[in-house]
Formats: sequence, C-alpha cells, structure tokens
Amino acid sequence: MKRRLLLMLPLLGFLLLLLFLYLGLGLNPFHRESRLVEEARAFPAFELTTLEDPERRVDESLIPGQVTLVNVWGEWCPECKREMPQLLDLADRGVRLVGINWKDTRDKARGFLDEFGDPFEVNLFDPEGELAFELGVYGAPESFLVDRDGIIRYHHTGYISPSDLREHILPEVEKWQ
Amino acid sequence: MAVIRWMLVAMALMLAAGLVQGAAIEVREFDDPVLEKRYHSLTASMRCPTCQNQAINDSDAPVSGDMRDRVYLLLQEGRSDMEIRDHMVQRFGDYILYNPRLEGRTYLLWGLPAVLVVAGAVLVMLLVRARRNASLRALSDEERRRLETLINRGEGQ
Repeated sequence: MKRRLLLMLPLLGFLLLLLFLYLGLGLNPFHRESRLVEEARAFPAFELTTLEDPERRVDESLIPGQVTLVNVWGEWCPECKREMPQLLDLADRGVRLVGINWKDTRDKARGFLDEFGDPFEVNLFDPEGELAFELGVYGAPESFLVDRDGIIRYHHTGYISPSDLREHILPEVEKWQ
Repeated sequence: MAVIRWMLVAMALMLAAGLVQGAAIEVREFDDPVLEKRYHSLTASMRCPTCQNQAINDSDAPVSGDMRDRVYLLLQEGRSDMEIRDHMVQRFGDYILYNPRLEGRTYLLWGLPAVLVVAGAVLVMLLVRARRNASLRALSDEERRRLETLINRGEGQ
C-alpha cells in the first residue's frame, strides 16, 4: 500500500505543475504591480513648468491636499483620445485631475485639449519624460491615484475604459476620499 | 542557378536591413573599458517593460532608450550595479529583472530546484537501499518448504 502511494507521487507532482501553469494562463501579461503603490510612497519630487503657462514653475507640493488622479498623456497617443470622455466624466464628478503631458510639444498638446476637452486642473509639461521616469511610466496613458497626503494609492496602466471607471477608479477615489 | 543568386541577394539585403535597424540604438562613449563592460551587462540584464520579452539593450521602445540613458548616467555617477538595479526596480518593478532578486517572495523560486535535487537524491537512495535489502533477504525454512510444494505441484500437471 505504501509503495503504491509512493508511485502516485510523480502523478501528484505533475497535477500540481499543471494547476500552476493553468493559473499562469489566467494572468494578464500587461499587468505590472507598482512598487510605488506596494510601498505606499509619496508622489516623487519634481520641478516642471505647466503646459498652460511656460513661466509657471511647480513642484511636488502641488499634488497633496485632495484626492487627485494624475494622468500621463500625450497628443501622439491614440488611446488617450479614447480615454478623454471618462476623464471628463471624473472631472464632472468633482474629482481633481492633474495631467502630465509626456514627450509632447506645447502646440500639439494644446491642440489636443482644444479638440477633446480639458478635464485637468493643471498639466505638468514633461517633454523629456523626467517625472514620468520617476513614476515608472512605460507607455501612455497611465494614471495614478494620489490621496490627500500625497501618497500614491493606485496605479492604472493603459486606457481607462468606461467599465474601468466604474469598477476600479471610482471605488478607489471613494476609498481614499 | 538564377534562383539561388536572387536568394543570396535577398539574404544580403535582409542582413543589411538588420544592421541599419541595429544602428538605431545609440553608440556611447566610455573612458573606462570596465564601465563599458558593466554598461553592456546591465542593459542586457534588464527587460524592456513594454516589449514583453526583449532586453533594453536590444529594444527600440522609447522607454528602453530612457532606461539606457539612466543606466549610463548612474554609471558615470559611480553607482554600483546593485544600486542601479534597485533604482530601476523602484520605478519599473521586479518585472524588468531577468534574474529575480533573492527576497521573501522569491525564496521558493530560488530554493525549489535545490529542494527538488535533494528530494530526488533521497528518493534514489531509498529505492537502492530497499532493492538491496530485498535481494539480501533469505527465505525462511517455512517459506522454502512452501516454495518446493508449489514447484512440485506445477511439475505434476
């Protein structure tokens, strides 16, 4: 009897491996956990001008105060256009939005906002991608939810769809309100 | 023959295209050959975050370019390899490392192969010992008598 059990061991191991691989198939390969969120870190330090006013220099003290969705976008990014209605919806609900205009030119970025609407309280102009690098941004659009104390609480990679808005963004905003 | 010639021409063109594409990745100046070597091994050990599976030294993605810039900069500042890796992981996550670091949640990953080897060795040892014991074990008088009657019965038929 003991022998027979021993013989079953490789089969058991194989089934475990199968389960493990099967679970792996269900993972989203585009998902990345963010260290910023895991370690509940403060919004990184920066000093940039705003898109709206090239003379106005702002730093990280701009961010805390209220729950803020920081959205990384660029005129060159087609998904950012699809995302705009959801961002406008958020702004209508009274959520504060700060944009990071990433690797763009002022003219193109302003044209984009004229065409697709402007939900942002202010846009940080980041043509070299310095701030985006500190946030670990690897493609636009990406969004970070920052709480009142300036701590990064949620990271959304890719376009915010209407269902993402309902299922992820709004609950997170509620949670940290 | 003409077909072969055309194929050779096509292959040469493809090779040339590959070289041109490779040239899209910038050439960097290093005063120190050790630094250059470290730069190459560091950029080969980091995975591009946007391209599923390509090292940043081999990728045209904008983020890979930014990461190479940063590696170069940090090397010039005199940071260690460990510090540079940490710097990147802090921003882009563990995903970018081809070799995950040894920490709480990766003990299993690093430890399992060793555990499996040891378990296999123990298993083989047990099997060998069991087999040796089986061959050494002699039959008792009682067993011998039973065996003989069984054999005789077989011959009788």
